[in-house]
Amino acid sequence: MGSAAKAVDVWKSYGTGEAAVTALAGVSVEFDRGRFTAIMGPSGSGKSTLMHCLAGLDTIDSGDVWIGGTKVNGLRDKGLTELRRSRVGFIFQQFNLLPTLTAEENITLPSAIGGRKVDRAWFDAVIDAVGLRDRLTHRPTQLSGGQQQRVACARALVARPEVVFADEPTGNLDSRSGAEVLGFLQRSARDFDQTVVMVTHDPNAASYADRVIFLADGQIVRELHHPTAAAVLDTMKVLDGDDRLVVA
Amino acid sequence: MLTATLKSVLARKLRLVLSGLAVVLGVMFVSGSFVLTDTLDRSFKDLFATAYSEVDVEVAVKSKVGQDDPEAARAGTLTAADVAAVESVDGVRTAVGDVVGSARPIGENGKVLTTSGAPRLGIAWRDEGQEEIRDGRGPQRDDEVVISAYLAETGGFQVGEQLSVLTLEPKRTFTVTGIFGYPGDRDSLGGELTTAFTEATAQQLLLGTPGAYSGITVRADEGVSQTVLRDRVQGELGDAYQVKTGEQLAAESADEIGEGLAFFNYVLLGFAGIALFVGVFIILNTFSIIVAQRTRELALLRAMGASRRQMITSVVVEAVVIGLIASVVGLGAGIGVGALLATLFSTFGGGSLHLAGIAVPPSAIISSFAVGLVVTVVAALLPAVRASRIPPVAALREASTPDRPLTRLTVAGGVLTLAGGGLLGFGFADGTLWLIMSGLLVSFVGVALLTPLISRPVVSLIGRLLSWSVPGTLGRRNSARNPRRTAITAAALMVGISLITGVSVVLTSATTSMTKVADTQIKADLIISGESSANGQVGGTFAADRMDRITGTPGVESAFGWYNDGVLVNGERRFATAVTDVPAMERIFGLSAAGGTITDLEDGEIGVDAVSATALNLRQGSTATVQTTKGEQRTYTVAFVLAESRVVDDMLFLPESAVDGFALPQISSAFIKADQGADVADVRKRLEPLFADNPEVSVQDLSSYVRQQAAQLDTVLMMIQVLLALAILIAVLGVVNTLALSVVERTRELGLLRAIGMRRAQVMRMITVESVVISVFGALLGIVVGTALGVAAVRALEDMGITDIGIPWAQLGGYLLISAGIGVVAAILPAIRAARLNVLQAIAHDSA
Ligand SMILES: Nc1ncnc2c1ncn2[C@@H]1O[C@H](COP(=O)(O)OP(=O)(O)O)[C@@H](O)[C@H]1O
Ligand SMILES: [Mg+2]
Repeated sequence: MGSAAKAVDVWKSYGTGEAAVTALAGVSVEFDRGRFTAIMGPSGSGKSTLMHCLAGLDTIDSGDVWIGGTKVNGLRDKGLTELRRSRVGFIFQQFNLLPTLTAEENITLPSAIGGRKVDRAWFDAVIDAVGLRDRLTHRPTQLSGGQQQRVACARALVARPEVVFADEPTGNLDSRSGAEVLGFLQRSARDFDQTVVMVTHDPNAASYADRVIFLADGQIVRELHHPTAAAVLDTMKVLDGDDRLVVA
Repeated sequence: MLTATLKSVLARKLRLVLSGLAVVLGVMFVSGSFVLTDTLDRSFKDLFATAYSEVDVEVAVKSKVGQDDPEAARAGTLTAADVAAVESVDGVRTAVGDVVGSARPIGENGKVLTTSGAPRLGIAWRDEGQEEIRDGRGPQRDDEVVISAYLAETGGFQVGEQLSVLTLEPKRTFTVTGIFGYPGDRDSLGGELTTAFTEATAQQLLLGTPGAYSGITVRADEGVSQTVLRDRVQGELGDAYQVKTGEQLAAESADEIGEGLAFFNYVLLGFAGIALFVGVFIILNTFSIIVAQRTRELALLRAMGASRRQMITSVVVEAVVIGLIASVVGLGAGIGVGALLATLFSTFGGGSLHLAGIAVPPSAIISSFAVGLVVTVVAALLPAVRASRIPPVAALREASTPDRPLTRLTVAGGVLTLAGGGLLGFGFADGTLWLIMSGLLVSFVGVALLTPLISRPVVSLIGRLLSWSVPGTLGRRNSARNPRRTAITAAALMVGISLITGVSVVLTSATTSMTKVADTQIKADLIISGESSANGQVGGTFAADRMDRITGTPGVESAFGWYNDGVLVNGERRFATAVTDVPAMERIFGLSAAGGTITDLEDGEIGVDAVSATALNLRQGSTATVQTTKGEQRTYTVAFVLAESRVVDDMLFLPESAVDGFALPQISSAFIKADQGADVADVRKRLEPLFADNPEVSVQDLSSYVRQQAAQLDTVLMMIQVLLALAILIAVLGVVNTLALSVVERTRELGLLRAIGMRRAQVMRMITVESVVISVFGALLGIVVGTALGVAAVRALEDMGITDIGIPWAQLGGYLLISAGIGVVAAILPAIRAARLNVLQAIAHDSA
């Protein structure tokens, strides 16, 4: 079983000279097919940067990034667009939907842009899974935050990408709506064999994942499998303590 | 607060440039007009000062039919005895008889040389005149001429070559013995073409009378002033003569041109006004969008305790800064444009007009700043007030507030449109220009206010035609997103397009009416006419003896010709016509009598048509006094009154015997009906040789005659299109501006679209569709409004013979296509900007 996405010794820094910030310092990580992985770490540790680099939204300084069998670094704009269009899906923390389109139009937008036909059976399965059947003709402004995020999830899944990346998808949601979104991401990995990578700083959210990796200062410092919220919290405390030790 | 505003203006340079550009262009138009007309005015003053520099007093026969302006046709000529009489006056150093008339040289291609307005003159050569021989010698024999350097250059003539000239007589050929120029190394005084003959030849060809003079140029003795001499000469000659000083004549000529230039300036300023009016839309829109985009920022300021007044001030200060900068730039650009146009005019337009130096009249400076500031501040006021109304809690709100309902806007728009229509109605009814203008402005504003309401259905309709792809659909939806924004942008385009459409509907209607009259009422197969009727210049008439040869030509069933003269009827200036064969006219023009019988007029009889009968209050049997240019005033009896006709409009007919008193006793047009079954083309071929010696006269069939007349209207339309092009250009800037600001506003959306796989090309297509939808919407509005305006104007002009409404469908379709093209062009920069967005930065973009 090959990995769906892979980073090999990835370095990434922003700015030059004195102002330079190293966001990723030699990150190597693999994401197995059909697994739900959470990335955790303190603010500024490089979680978003890692995800952006994996998804081809940002360039890297050195190392390699793979999506399936494709090396992402080295792709030109056209290749990257093609990759984003059909092989990765995105869920951002907020502002995921075009206000001029209905929920359904938003969901099918990537296929429409790519001129591909939507697989209706799959579409129906996804819609039922997110529970949006009666909201399809609504505009984003007519949906709650949780519903909007579920529309975003559906959109990410309908194109059957190799990996779905979600950057703090529940960061703006109340706990109930958040649980709905997380439950859906969990099921899509379990039932639909969808690879999901999610950034979060909420131990409870991380407990939905099959695996949690911890970042600190641009490096992977710990990894948990089949985490519980308590185990995640403990690890965070330990890392926090480590940090303080290092600083001191 | 003030420094904060100034900083924010400078920080957003793009906005500054875009909203400022509309003002710059408008101000440029205004100051350019002033600089151009001021420069030309001073140049013409110089010209006439030079032309009359060697004239102290000039004598001519007083005109019998009107004001003594330099152009008025003279009642007669002077004789050698008159010259001698003037010479004998105390204080006269020299008195020289002048011979001046019309002489049209024929170019090497056989066509008559034309100018763009300057006269083509013939004169009698004087060795002692102000003309200076540059090459060769003066004319000594009757078949010799000298020509002005400008004529030599225009026609490519050299000393020793042959030159053919049309005068009162048909073509005559001369040998060029010399070329002359004017003081100050000028080739001409003001672009005129001058041919100088020997005195006897000039008298025969230019005045038609041997030994006659058209005027006398007098030079004063040392110490005798022009006015003193004038009064002495006037005393000697009596009241039948017009005696004027050189200074007086120079001033009168300059004033006359000056009036023309002032009118020209008003026309230009009118178009500048339209451009600025469009500019107001653009600035208003820009500031509105900016205020909307800065809602959170402004609300934050309010939350921190900024007062309403401070909010308004901050927006107005921004407007003042933009207005000032734009005025300065616009003034500078206007000076450049004015100077450029003046140079172009002197080089190509007026031909070798010596330009006085370019200067910037105070009017240009004052109007630039007044217009630039007022326009910008007025346009920013509404958005400023809106900014002040933003509640502090808006800072906390996430999304921009939904569009307010359009009810109030629509009601206001409806009221204004009706009010504007009313003003227009009154204006058209009695031809009051300011009523028409204000009616136009008010109804434009009214329609603009109605536009948001109309935009919903129309934009979605236009959009549907363009949205065959996903980016297209998105573009269409975007254009329907802010009905106000789309509406104002489109309305700005509407103004220019509707004016062009209106004018073009009126002109097409005029052509349609003309064609219809020609098709249904005029039974002439062929029309013989001269250039004079085409471009208003002298020339293109023929002698009466040709009429007999026309009627005698095989295949001609009947024919008539007419002579024209400007006359006084009961003291009122009118246009009179003498017809060679009235019954032929009756048949060919399909006329009927409302009083009396239509026959050839006897001596002492006149005929009138329905319009002039009403105007002059004449009936069959009533009398009127008529003064022709040269003849004696006499009383005529009305022999017939014509029934209303669409061919004959406001005409007064004199008997052929009165022609001797006309300024030019020559036929200006002839109308010919061919025999039943005769081949018109053959008849035409037989007639053409009669005018072989007169290239100004042409024989045309009716349809090409009508086409030639209609072609003049095309020129008018073209000029108006050029002048309105700036208003349209400003509207295009408005589209660019709206799109650019929308792109900024939707940065996150664009980032999202790119993140989920939209290609750059697709992003660009999306923006382009939005742009095309807005432009086509504006053009559609303009076409509808313009057609309504045009039809209203045609209805009002019914009295002037425009009776049929013609809609220029092809042209209107062309405007739509052009507007689609405009949309594509306007989208280029915003689209590139949108496509270049960095995906990550765009997603992280703070929309506020
Ligand atoms: N566009 C950028 N320019 C400069 N520095 C950046 C940029 N994006 C992120 N960084 C820096 O890189 C580091 C990692 O950022 P990020 O990946 O966003 O962290 P996280 O998502 O874990 O909070 C931080 O120190 C941040 O300040
Ligand atoms: Mg982050």
